Amino acid sequence: MSEYGKLVKEGLWSNNQALVALLGLCPLLAVSNTAINGLGMGIATTVVVTLSNGTVSLIRNWVRQEVRLPVFVIIIASFVTAVELSMNAWFHELYKILGIFIPLIVTNCIIIGRAEAFASKNPVGRSLLDGLAIGIGFTLVLFTLGALREITGLGTLFTQADLMFGEGARNLTLSLGDDFKGMLLAILPPGAFIGLGFLIALKNLIDRRATQTKTVPVSAAQPEPTAG
Amino acid sequence: MNRHPVILAGLILTLFAIAGSGLVAFTYWQTADRIAQNERDALLHQLHVLVPAESIDNDIISDTVTLQAPDLMGRPETLVYLGRKGGKSVAAVFTPVVPDGYSGPIKLLVAVKMNGTLGGVRVISHKETPGLGDQIEERKSDWILRFAGKSLNNPTLSHWKVKRDGGDFDQFTGATITPRSIVKAAKNTLLYFRDRGQALFERGKAPEKEKKPAADEHG
Ligand SMILES: Cc1cc2nc3c(=O)[nH]c(=O)nc-3n(C[C@H](O)[C@H](O)[C@H](O)COP(=O)(O)O)c2cc1C
Repeated sequence: MSEYGKLVKEGLWSNNQALVALLGLCPLLAVSNTAINGLGMGIATTVVVTLSNGTVSLIRNWVRQEVRLPVFVIIIASFVTAVELSMNAWFHELYKILGIFIPLIVTNCIIIGRAEAFASKNPVGRSLLDGLAIGIGFTLVLFTLGALREITGLGTLFTQADLMFGEGARNLTLSLGDDFKGMLLAILPPGAFIGLGFLIALKNLIDRRATQTKTVPVSAAQPEPTAG
Repeated sequence: MNRHPVILAGLILTLFAIAGSGLVAFTYWQTADRIAQNERDALLHQLHVLVPAESIDNDIISDTVTLQAPDLMGRPETLVYLGRKGGKSVAAVFTPVVPDGYSGPIKLLVAVKMNGTLGGVRVISHKETPGLGDQIEERKSDWILRFAGKSLNNPTLSHWKVKRDGGDFDQFTGATITPRSIVKAAKNTLLYFRDRGQALFERGKAPEKEKKPAADEHG
């Protein structure tokens, strides 16, 4: 697989920050109560991690070791504030829902983690791609978890899609029917933990299946647990 | 590398602090007007739901008074938006805070028409439990809509309670505290209006610049 393909695969799957590294749990659990909320938070995070990766990589050769972490923090905080203001200006309704969580992107370990572990050691192109892949991987998990919690908890899907895609998207909302009142647990914080647990289990199951099919010829291959 | 003076490190840090602040300042400068406009539009939209745009002709966002009635309004100072048409009072929109919800303060908009009936009640923000107390949101249930048209005579004052307490208003299954607190807040606002509502409009400065209803800005 090409180097770039590998980066994408790692970001989306094998090193998925939410499912494997278990980073960024605070926004993940807090904002994943509906699919659209998850998507909005995911996109905002993706923008920040991509920009910060790119910038950190650009300056990696002339920022001195002693001050690199404060510099990364300044970069991330500035981008987050810029994203927050832009969302307030252009996606005001969505901002009102996600608003208090946007500043929390600063504290999302994924972003400083990628800056330190990847972007400060790699050229700009690869760092941008890494940021994008990591961000999309995180977004997919947020979106899936949001959709699952929304379906089980509220009996709807894509409520408030109009907040992100404009009035035309209002009728995107699906409903399981008025009889379904939803399972309260799914919407409450414990529901987020349980849902994430299921997603991680599912990923591990798929990974294990994949290793098993690969190792079929070699009899009695030890199925390896995926990295945690 | 290691013998570089600490000054250099400080310089680099300063540079980034300046660049970072620059980015934020630039974004702020680019978005400030739009954000202010968004907030204004959102507020106007909410007010117009309770006091229809065609029923007033003043700039309701700027035509406000502040009152002090912490016992009834749940906050030391309460802002009231005044709706008028042709100089005549139409409705007042109060912004009380409900102190005794299930978890944390609940912010309301309560519109009262001059004849003492409610134009409507809406929840601006709350921290009630999703699935239980959050039925007070308009998009979760139509419970909050049922306040429109109610007054201190309809139902009578002693029936301004949830059904469980012997009143006329529904509670939610498994959640009585939240609706009980909202009913009480709506009643308190009506009580305030009965005694001092008229005076609010006289205190408000009644700016008489003829302004077209802002409805067409919103569609
Ligand atoms: C986790 C949890 C959350 C609750 N949230 C609310 C709430 O938001 N609003 C509310 O009125 N009651 C809430 N309740 C229920 C109240 O404790 C109380 O039992 C109820 O309001 C009384 O109404 P009932 O007698 O009809 O059950 C909650 C209870 C639990 C255990």
